[in-house]
Amino acid sequence: MDAQEMNRTLTRISHEILERNKGLGHLALVGIRTGGEFLAQRIGALIGQIEHAEVPIGELDITLYRDDLSLRIDQPEIRKTTISFNITDMKIVLVDDVLFTGRTIRAAMDGLMDLGRPEEVQLAVLVDRGHRQLPIRANYVGKSLPTAKEEKVRVFFKELGEVDRVSIVPA
Amino acid sequence: MGLNRKDLLTIASLSADEIHLILTTAESLKEVGGRDIKKVPALRGKTVVNLFFEPSTRTRTSFELAAKRLSADVINFSPSTSSVVKGETLIDTARNIESMQADIIVLRHSSPGAAENLAGAVRSSVINAGDGWHEHPTQALLDLFTLKEKKGQIEGLTVVIVGDIAHSRVARSNMLALTKLGAHVRVVAPPTMLPLCIEQFGVSVYYQFEEALVGADAIIMLRLQRERLGQALLPSIREYAKLYCLTPDRLKLAKPEAIVMHPGPLNRGVEISPSVADSDAAVILNQVSNGVSVRMALMYLLSGSVRSDGVNE
Amino acid sequence: MTRQPGPTRFETILIRGGTVIDPGHFNGPADVLVQEGKIIEVGRPLQTVLTESQDVRTIDATGWVIAPGFVDLHCHLREPGFEYKETIQTGSASAVAGGFTAICCMPNTQPVNDNESVTEFILNKAREADTARVFPIGAITKKSMGEELAEIGELVGAGCVAISDDGRPVMNSLVMRRAMEYAKAFGVPVVDHCEDLHLSCGGSMNEGIVSTELGIPGIPHASEEVMVARNLSLAHLTGVHVHLAHLSTARSVELVRQAKKQGLPVSGEVCPHHFSVTEEAVRGYNSNAKMNPPLRTDLDVQALKDGLKDGTIDVIATDHAPHAAQEKQLEFDSAPFGIVGFETALPLTLRLVEEGVLSLEQAIDKLATSPAKLFQLPVGSLRIGQEADVVIFDPKEEWVIDPVQFRSKSRNTPFGGWKVKGRVKHTLVGGRLVYEDR
Repeated sequence: MDAQEMNRTLTRISHEILERNKGLGHLALVGIRTGGEFLAQRIGALIGQIEHAEVPIGELDITLYRDDLSLRIDQPEIRKTTISFNITDMKIVLVDDVLFTGRTIRAAMDGLMDLGRPEEVQLAVLVDRGHRQLPIRANYVGKSLPTAKEEKVRVFFKELGEVDRVSIVPA
Repeated sequence: MGLNRKDLLTIASLSADEIHLILTTAESLKEVGGRDIKKVPALRGKTVVNLFFEPSTRTRTSFELAAKRLSADVINFSPSTSSVVKGETLIDTARNIESMQADIIVLRHSSPGAAENLAGAVRSSVINAGDGWHEHPTQALLDLFTLKEKKGQIEGLTVVIVGDIAHSRVARSNMLALTKLGAHVRVVAPPTMLPLCIEQFGVSVYYQFEEALVGADAIIMLRLQRERLGQALLPSIREYAKLYCLTPDRLKLAKPEAIVMHPGPLNRGVEISPSVADSDAAVILNQVSNGVSVRMALMYLLSGSVRSDGVNE
Repeated sequence: MTRQPGPTRFETILIRGGTVIDPGHFNGPADVLVQEGKIIEVGRPLQTVLTESQDVRTIDATGWVIAPGFVDLHCHLREPGFEYKETIQTGSASAVAGGFTAICCMPNTQPVNDNESVTEFILNKAREADTARVFPIGAITKKSMGEELAEIGELVGAGCVAISDDGRPVMNSLVMRRAMEYAKAFGVPVVDHCEDLHLSCGGSMNEGIVSTELGIPGIPHASEEVMVARNLSLAHLTGVHVHLAHLSTARSVELVRQAKKQGLPVSGEVCPHHFSVTEEAVRGYNSNAKMNPPLRTDLDVQALKDGLKDGTIDVIATDHAPHAAQEKQLEFDSAPFGIVGFETALPLTLRLVEEGVLSLEQAIDKLATSPAKLFQLPVGSLRIGQEADVVIFDPKEEWVIDPVQFRSKSRNTPFGGWKVKGRVKHTLVGGRLVYEDR
């Protein structure tokens, strides 16, 4: 997936979100750090252009909710969770770059629930690469990408000074 | 990057990078304290033991709150309720606690080096919550955190530490921490309360409070221990207060936006006048709440370095 | 009164092939013949003709040094009262393993050696142990409380060779003056552990940069020096021989140097640990580096060496101070002061020979000849007719100090793991072989 394709995909997802939720009412985007945070910003901007209104955007760090903390030698870095609006009774669209085992989304949902009681939580991902280990399914999928389990999927972002693209790194 | 160590015993043994990592992690964790549900599951299933041989409700409570916000189980263990009085050595006590599968032991002890001795004897992570006159690293870290929060950065700041430097673990840890991060440290006290070779810590020594205050960005007031009176260190509390109490007039000598810190508990009217303690310059209560964030950060970072199966990196 | 090692059956011992160093008397290759517990002849070839039928034990000392057995003016044998740390038997065994054949034990036992019954008890135990010669030091004041004089006449009568309140030094200068005056009548030296307890103020290590960094209460240099100065003034006032125990600071050495120039009756002692390590050894809160006086600085170490070299310091003593493991495992500030010293004194002293501070003869003088003279003990020489108290050591043998191997009941030493040179091979007391390195 190249930059142009990425942009088209995000535009489609933006429309789907608006369609499904019938507009902006009670809608908010929460990007999962770090990749999801850029995607949430972009989708937010696209929705803004379409609806001529602003959608609240937050960023969620799921580190403290990971299920593998006690298995790791090196503690992963904790980043800030910045959600400046009350999520209770909101329709929250979680945004992440790659959907894989589902464990990150599980952690994100737990993290979200600790912050309030949203009316509904939906999930948008740029890439679904399969190999789920938990019963989790995305509401909005940019592209389904069949992969081998050992392969790595990397998403590059212009926000990090890279050229937007998605690539599969062989094991 | 992680904090690649089993224990947090001293500021002396930390690098500037490690200090920055702890502060950055604490910044991220501070948000948890502002939530309705002030709890995250990061240390679920871990056991933290507060082993306090000296009474200190404040520090113990801060560690307890930090552990609980990370979902760890907390046990408080103090000599009055233990077998320590029966002549058990610290190491024996600690091994007993360790066999209760403690992941982190937080130790407060009146003997310098107690935390170091303990850390060498147990597999659990040890956090030094104050050992004699030696160090009180988490206090220094929360002071740094507060300074950074209020001043943006620590490098280049002029920080004055006032009071009984010789008998203060807070002063030792702060001198080490502040100089490591590039602050200019001034210590001011009656010479009876300054230890030998203090200049070798890279600090400037003052005897006159007023001189030390000129141009200060922050002032750390130490608590005057009243039992020092019997040791010919001071003629009277009255004279000490006259010479070293931080009053509004003295505070004016510092920079206009200077902040005032104190590890607590305050001796109002002795080292700090009530009007300064209650002024906007005083960030004493911020220090208390920041203490929880810093201790959460430490427990989180240390819990990564010892696996539950006891295998150390 | 002091001939504890009893007149059992003597064997004839011939020590061949070594170098005899009897400071001030003999230094060169020679054989030594011991008969009936005494030195019969020193020379090569020996004039005495040994018949084939005689039962002779021959010790091949080729490459080794044969010297008068070492004399320790300062040790703690802990009996009576603290037998879990050391007994007179284990202490004596440790002493001879380190080459010490005569040891002077401090009175800080329980009860304090402040009366003849305690002195007699110690001497009886020493006779039973039948190993090293034990010379008790009596207390200066009753219970070493620093107030009333002990019955010094009776103590000396019972066999005490000096008086001291050691670790509980007499703070009241008038009491110290009276003690020195009173001791004059009995011709025994007064030994002082020079420490102003007020200045020490409960400290646990040398006061300086390391104590400041570690947050350990410090003992200033001045704590020792003011008492050295006091004692020198009292020696001047009373004319009584004052022996200054375990000097540790540069200024103490200088004070003694000046006093000696003025002809005051003063002698000085240092311990191997004080010239071998500094306060840096305390880092890590190593309670085996906790002793009193504390380990000092490089400057002090250098001054102690200079003092030994120029004769300001007369003797090397061990201050052998055994403590049980559980006591030393306490937190640094709660752990007791002191280390064991008998079995490490020789190799540590030989380091000074290696460094060129002392000649081998001077080193032996500080360990044997000079201490015997200072306390007027009938030992410390290999002259013909002397009791055969002999140490035979290999000055070149390298070994690693392993506290587990100590004969002492206690293991408290900071020198474990040190690679050192010089090892005691045989020790004779009164012509009997009491130690053999296997």
